[in-house]
Parts: sequence; structure tokens; C-alpha cells
Amino acid sequence: MQYEAIIGLEVHVELNTQSKVFCRCSTKFDAPPNTNVCPVCLGMPGVLPVLNRAVVESAVAVGLALNCTVSSWSKLDRKNYFYPDLAKNYQISQYDLPLCRHGSLEIEVNGQSKRIGITRAHIEEDTARNVHDIGGGESGVDFNRSGVPLLEIVSEPELRSAQEAYAYLLQLKQILQYLNVSDCNMEEGSLRAEANVSVRPVGSTKFGTKTEVKNIASFSFTQRAIDYEIKRQIQTLEEGGTVRQETRGWDDRSGTTVSQRSKESAHDYRYFPEPDLVPIAMDETWVKRIREALPELPQAKRARFIEQYRLSAYDAGVLTSSKAMADYFESVLKAGAAAKPAANWIMGDLQALLTAAKTEIESCSITPNHLSEMIRLIEDGTISGKIAKHLLVDMFQTGKAPKALVEEKGLVQISDISWLEQVAREVIVANPGPVSDYRAGKEKTFGFLVGQVMKASKGKANPKLVNDILKQQLAK
Amino acid sequence: MTKITKADVEYVAALAQLSLDEVTKERLVGELSDILSYMDKLNELDTRDIEPMMHVLPMTNVYRDDVVGPSLDRETALMNAPKTDGEYFLVPRILDIE
Amino acid sequence: MARDWSSATGHEIHDALHHGTATASDITQSFLRRIEAVDGKVRAYVDIWKDHALKQAENVDSRLKRGQTIGPLAGVPFAIKDVLCTKHGHTTCCSRILKGYRSPFDATVIERLEQAGVVFLGKVNMDEFAMGSSTENSSVQVTRNPWDLKCVPGGSSGGSAAAVVADECVASLGSDTGGSIRQPAALCGCVGMKPTYGRVSRYGLVAFASSLDQIGPFTKDVEDLALVMNVISGRDERDSTSADIPVPNYSQALRDDISDITVGLPKEYYTDALNPEMRQKIESAVKILEARGAKVIEVSLPHTEYAIAVYYIICTAEASANLARFDGVRYGYRAPKVADVQEMYAKTKTDGYGREVQRRILLGTYVLSSGYYDAYYLKAQKVRALIRKDFEEAFQKCNVIATPTSPTPAFEIGAKTADPLEMYLSDIYTISVNLAGIPGLSVPCGLTQSGLPSGLQLLGKPFDEATLMRVAYAYEKNRGFDIGKPPLT
Ligand SMILES: [Mg+2]
Ligand SMILES: [Zn+2]
Repeated sequence: MQYEAIIGLEVHVELNTQSKVFCRCSTKFDAPPNTNVCPVCLGMPGVLPVLNRAVVESAVAVGLALNCTVSSWSKLDRKNYFYPDLAKNYQISQYDLPLCRHGSLEIEVNGQSKRIGITRAHIEEDTARNVHDIGGGESGVDFNRSGVPLLEIVSEPELRSAQEAYAYLLQLKQILQYLNVSDCNMEEGSLRAEANVSVRPVGSTKFGTKTEVKNIASFSFTQRAIDYEIKRQIQTLEEGGTVRQETRGWDDRSGTTVSQRSKESAHDYRYFPEPDLVPIAMDETWVKRIREALPELPQAKRARFIEQYRLSAYDAGVLTSSKAMADYFESVLKAGAAAKPAANWIMGDLQALLTAAKTEIESCSITPNHLSEMIRLIEDGTISGKIAKHLLVDMFQTGKAPKALVEEKGLVQISDISWLEQVAREVIVANPGPVSDYRAGKEKTFGFLVGQVMKASKGKANPKLVNDILKQQLAK
Repeated sequence: MTKITKADVEYVAALAQLSLDEVTKERLVGELSDILSYMDKLNELDTRDIEPMMHVLPMTNVYRDDVVGPSLDRETALMNAPKTDGEYFLVPRILDIE
Repeated sequence: MARDWSSATGHEIHDALHHGTATASDITQSFLRRIEAVDGKVRAYVDIWKDHALKQAENVDSRLKRGQTIGPLAGVPFAIKDVLCTKHGHTTCCSRILKGYRSPFDATVIERLEQAGVVFLGKVNMDEFAMGSSTENSSVQVTRNPWDLKCVPGGSSGGSAAAVVADECVASLGSDTGGSIRQPAALCGCVGMKPTYGRVSRYGLVAFASSLDQIGPFTKDVEDLALVMNVISGRDERDSTSADIPVPNYSQALRDDISDITVGLPKEYYTDALNPEMRQKIESAVKILEARGAKVIEVSLPHTEYAIAVYYIICTAEASANLARFDGVRYGYRAPKVADVQEMYAKTKTDGYGREVQRRILLGTYVLSSGYYDAYYLKAQKVRALIRKDFEEAFQKCNVIATPTSPTPAFEIGAKTADPLEMYLSDIYTISVNLAGIPGLSVPCGLTQSGLPSGLQLLGKPFDEATLMRVAYAYEKNRGFDIGKPPLT
């Protein structure tokens, strides 16, 4: 039988505000345990929450970027359950009136684009962090993360493969980074995904029993975890079994999802409106202000790059993969370079340098002006493309301007025709074998002869001129 | 009139993390039934068109600016902890893995 | 022997300090002696801050010595309901679960009063987590009514009321969720006020029911009430529900002129449930207001009979979440010898909470639980809207509403503990006020034949505490009697 998978993603994103959602503690990651804490985020008796405006505005910005309807009237609710990482034993979240609803996100898989519905996006507070087995079977609790703002983004169950789920996550991450509302670091937990997965025979309209896959701690796990879970469910059904509704955790070591013991009592969260906080009333002026401050989003930018700079869809995709990359590219163009060589240099050699140095383009030591200047040096024949490759490395390491480096190292290309003719003659005399081979029709030896001229010029000869001169002289 | 059963009492006790002995459960079945029956009085009222009142004050949009303020020093944060190692709050084994 | 100041009011003490006829230290000593003498009988205090109080008094004295001016409450000794967070001493809500708890911060009201130079004598008794109407639910002790030690002082702020009436402090702070200030004020015979929801910051008040709780003062007269309200009222950025509405000078609002006032008497409050002697007290009080020029009319609050049901759904629901945090992880009691977290929760909570608290947590959990939310919680929220609307309509016709504070005078200790529902029903006159969020105060209106105080409750429009206090002041000035002092010694 043919099966299809039904996947919905629930993503929790930590917003990168300076202070927490309901108190003034810092949100900094990696502080020593229990140092970014105060009575409010420790849930001490007598405290009250006060909502951080930046959290609301970031959430609305994300909602708008995801084509959501922003609720004009929204409130916060208490979600009640007990867990040692939950300071008050209720989480302040949003239940029936989330800030953003009915949005969508466009993904592209195998050149096909598809619109995935977003059910809702709401604000809530993060929990503390449990450190298991600190010794003697006990666990430690660090409340630094308690009260860090979260945005929970829930998709419709419209994803049909692990690949689509992966594309959805990447696309979402790209948008969040464009908006600069989150670091989206799955390893550090600033972006956490849970997948609801079920399968059903193709053609069926009924949903199968779903499982909830948790503990997906990196982007690369997403695809593997969901793929595994789909296969597991299909196999279970094929063998005549039934899929149990449960929570399963991805175990990367075994490459499987593992059943997690579900709680004794059913989830009965007893949501009710948070009496300590007043409603959020979003008037049109406020929404408009946030909308106007939105940056150009990846899709729009990609389309513009194709149109305005005549780039291929692929190149435009790579160059808009992050806002920083796109901004860099456009700065290089602004400094005078043409689009095509700028794109090639950034996507090729520069990206390779960045990857090797494990740095991001934001902190690249080559300024857009310098890169543009280097491209000009190639175009006006001052340096060869080959030299430029070495020059770029020097620029990357020193942060110096290309012109200064060219002068400093004497890299200027040799275009002195009489000198080059002299060298070519010497090479022809010194290599009678290859020369006669060439003349006998073995074209391959031409490359060898060019190489000899280049070598004599220590690589600085203008390769085009060398070609022309050698061809001329050999024809004699 | 018995409004709720022992099973109901056990269910809410589990949600509230209270462990009740049998005598207490029986007593609560009676007490809570009385109180809940009294509350049925509200069913006399037709409230179909009434907006529920979540807040007594007509206030909206109370926010703070996103500015970091002082946190507690760790010693003070842990001052009341039943058990700590000086860094973390310590709790016994957690059975469920969330 | 120095003069005994313990029966003095705040404004009398201010005059004495201002004119140099006493020092704050003398005054504080005087109260500490009084506590020593009578608290064994009254049992109002759960923690006495002797050294701290004397130090605060010395600060006031040294300001005076340096010729600095002092505010009207400087050097005035206060008691604090143990539901308010204080850096000094412990904050326990008179619950085993918070025994020994030290708050790392002061409640906003405490900060403001400290700024005003108040002397804090210590923490006073209450029903555990403010859940009760008699102070019998304290895990520490049962406070006695100073007028009759066999009787309850009312609750939940029983300690705050008893301490003021027994002259163990000049004024005190309490909290009022369903009458917990007004009812003990009436039963003990002092002035007590629940301000409008949002008038006084709740920051540092250990929450019972967040949408109903308000902090308020107990004082010996209305003049002192105005002085305390001047200090504690107003917007606090740490409480999102504290209103950004200007605070008038309440002392200036006290005028013995109520000729512009219309007093409404809600017909639903004067029923058979009202003790005849209490009814007679209220009627004579209203006559005095009328004699001072106030117009008296009948008003209707048709949803009164539903208030108790609405109240006990909403307050227990909110409490079930508010009290969840007492779990033995970060502070408070943790049951010994527990194998895992689940056992820790269960044992800690079951050992840590008293019977009434457990009952209310269970009730609140039930009304919010899956399948019951709409029938109870949502329904209650809707009826709450109707109750507020009743008041809005009544206040179209009058400026203040006059009612009894309690249907009966103080009852004997133990008389109602067996039947929780009966205890709940005794809150009939005070509860609607919290549901509607409006201000209410109780002022003594005479002793019953058996020598127990009764209270006149005055209710006002939201944020119109000034009018309430003016009417209470006019009544107090013209009632023609002084209930005197309880025969404690
Ligand atoms: Mg969530
Ligand atoms: Zn904090």
C-alpha cells in the first residue's frame, strides 16, 4: 500500500530581547547558573509580571512576516501543570486569543513551491533548565532561562515529507533572522521544533493516529527524525499493528525515535485568563508602525535580485540566504562592482574563506568596498584573476585594501609586450620538443608552453597576452 | 445530592498534587458536593449574551521597556531553597522525561 | 513611668512629635509594653520586631533632632498582615508551607510606608493564605476578638483588626479579597477599607485571588485612614493592574458636609438573613447621615444572591494557580525523605497546607478542569459582569451605598468551622464589592447588647475613595457615641 505522511510543526523560538518577558533580568545565554534571576522569574510569593513591549512588537513583526492576521484584542492565559523547571507551576502563555493567526509560509522543495498554513503564533515564557543527575540521583534547576520570551509558531498539518518539514524550518529560520528577532540556534535551544507525525493510505482523508516527536536538537536531526518516524509508523501498520498516540524523543545515537513515558495524569492544563496582566489591544496605527519597520523579506529580496541584477534563481537564493549576505552583496555593487563577478566572488572564494575560518559574513574582514576595488583591479587588467585569488586570501587575513597589497607585494600584472615577446622567444628556444609536438598538431603542449612563460614571470604575466604572443610566434 | 464522586476528588487531587487519605476523600466528596450544588444557583440566569468579565478595570496595554535591570545575587536567590549545592536548586529524581 | 501612648491615633502622635511632647522612641516603647501586656490574650502578633521598630523610631527622632520636618505618619507604629512581603523578618501567610520564609524584597506598600517614616512593630495573624472569615485557619494561633476573647476577630485579616482595637498598634495593613478587611474591622470595632481594585499596588502581596485582592488599612478613625491612603495609593510600575489615575489628597477631602450626598440602600441587603439588632444599628447610622443632609434612597442590586457562588468559583480558581508555586523547590517547606519529585509535591503540599486551603485548591482545580470550565468558571465570569453592572446602575442614582458589613456580630470560636458553606455565606455583604472592584469601608456603628461591635459598610464608585471617606468622617463626627475600648486589662 502507498502511504502519505501528515506533518505539523510546532516551533518555539526564543526572542532576542535584552530583558526577559515579565521581568528585567537579562536573557543572556551561558551566564553562571541562577545569576540572571529575580523574585519574578523565580516565582517567589508576592511577585507580579509586567509585559515587555519589545516581546509584543517582535511577535507582531513575525506574525506580519508570516502573513498572519494580528489580533486586535489579545490576552495572556495561565497554563497549569507541575514541573520543577516551571517557577510558578503555571506558564504564562496564550490560549484562545493568540496574538497572530491564520498565516502562511512558502517553501520550495525540488523546485516546487508550496504554501504551508500557519495556525497561530503566540507569546509565552520559557521554563528553567533542569540539569539531570547532578549527583546522588538528584537534579539541579537553573532559572536563568525562566521567563525568557518565547514565540510559539504552530503550522497546519500540511507538510507531507521530512524534506518539506526541513525546508519549512529553514525558511522560518531565515525569516526570523531577517527580522532579527531570534538567534535561531537549535544547538543552544533558541529554536526548538516538535513534529506531529501521522501516516495514512494515499487517497484516505481520515487522519491516522499521530505521535509527537521531540528532542530535535539540530536542523540536520529534523529530517532524520521525521523520516525515521514515518517509516516506523508505516512499518507498524504494514505489520498489522496500530500506532499509539504518544510522545517520542529523537535519539541521535541510535538514529531512532524512542517512546517517552507519558505523564500519569492526562494533560488537563486548566487554562484561564491571567488576571495579573491586562489585555493587549493592537490598534491599526501600532500594527502599521511595526509593518513599516519590517525589512524586505527573503522571498521578495530573491525576486528583486533576479529581476534587478539578472541573477540566476540559484545565485539569488544563495545571496539572500541571510540578510547579512544580501546586504554585503548589495554594498559591493554600490561600491561599483558589476553583479555577476560580485556574486561569483562572494559565493565562491569568499564563502570558502568564511567557512574555513568558521566566521559569518557580518564579521568578514574584507569590506564590501575592498571587494569591489579588487574586482575593478581585475577588470582593468592590473591583476589577473589567478592573482586575485591569492590577493583575496591576503585581504581576508590582513583586512588591508587590495591596492595597497598589490603595491606592497608587487602583484601588478605584466602587460609589457616587448618583454613578454622576449620571454616567449626564450621559451620556444628552450623547449624544442614540445614546440615541434605543438606544430605537429598536439595542441595540448600549448598549455605547457604558456605555463613556462607564466613561471618565468612569477605568475604575473597577463595570461591573455601570453596566449596571443605565443600563438603568434609559434605560427611563424 | 452528590454532585461529585470520589473518583472526581481523586482526579482533581492528582492535578493539584495533593495526596489525600480515604477519610479525607470521603469528607471532601460531601463538602465539595454541597458547595458545588450551591453554585448551581447560577444556572437560574440566562447569560448567553453576556460577555465574561476577565478584568474589573477597563485597562489595556500596560508594558515595560526592554531594559535590563538588576538581578538577585545567587546567594539571595538560593537563600530560601530547601536544598541547594550553592549553584543550583536541587530536587529529587524526576521520573517523567519531558 | 512614661506616658502610655497606645490608645493614641496617628494624627495625635504626629502632633506630639511635631510639638516635641514625645519622642518616637517613647511612643514605640509604649506600644511594645502594650503588646507585652495584652497580646498573650489577643494573640494578634505572629512576629514582633522589637529591635527593628526601635531603630526605625530612632531614625525619626534623629530627623526631628536635626530640625528636619517629618511626614504625618513618621513615628507612627504599624502592624503588618503576614501576607505582605517584608525583607525584615519572615513572610509566612501563617501557613506551615512558608514557615521561616524570608522575602528578598519589600512589598510596594511597605516601601512607601517606610519612606513615610512609619515604625513597623511586626507581623500579625491571619487565616492561612487569607482564606477564611475568622482567622481560625491560621497555622500559628487563633486570634481573639478583643471585646470578647471567646469570639473570633473575623478574618482573614483578624490579627490586623484585633491589634488596632487592642491598642497594640496605631494602624495596620490587611488584604481584602472578599471582605477580609471590612468584616474583621466591623467585628472588632475599627475602621477598615478595601480600596478600588487598582488603587493600591499588589506588588508584594502574596496572591490569593489576583483579580479580587486589594491591600488596605485598619485605623482607629477616618482621619488616620486618609493619612494611610495618601501614602499607599497610586500607580506602581511593578503591578500591571495598578491604575494610572491621580490620587487626591484624602485628608483634604474630609469635611463634615454631606448635603450633596445621596445614600443608596440596596433592598436586597435588608432581608431576613440580617440579624435584627444589626439592622437597627444600620438604620440609626443612616438616620445620622440623613440628619446631616444626605438624601437616602432605595436602590437595587438584583444579582446579590449570586455573588457568593460567583465569588467562590473565581477566587478558588485563581487560588489553585496562585498556590501551585509552593512546591518545595525554591523556598518554603519540603517534605522529608521523598524518593522523587512527584512524591515531593504530594507530601509537601498535603503536609504544608491546612484543611481550608486544600479544600479551596481542590474546588478551584475542579471548576477549571476539562469539561467544567464553561459550566463554572466562564459562567461565574459572566455573572460577575452582571454584578458589576448592578453597581454601575445603582451609582447612577446615588454617590454611596450603605449596608451592614456583616450579617451578624462576632461569633464564637469554633461555631462555624464544621460547615464551610455556612462560613462562606457569612461574607454576603462584602463579596460583591470585590467582584465589582469598587471601594468599600467599614466604620464602627455601635455595640450590640452583648457588647460586640457592629460595622456600617459604605461603598463607592470606582476610585472615589474620597467621597467614601468624607461620608464616613461625617458619620464618625456625628454619631454621638464612642464605642470605647475593649475591657482587656
Ligand atoms: Mg508552548
Ligand atoms: Zn527575573
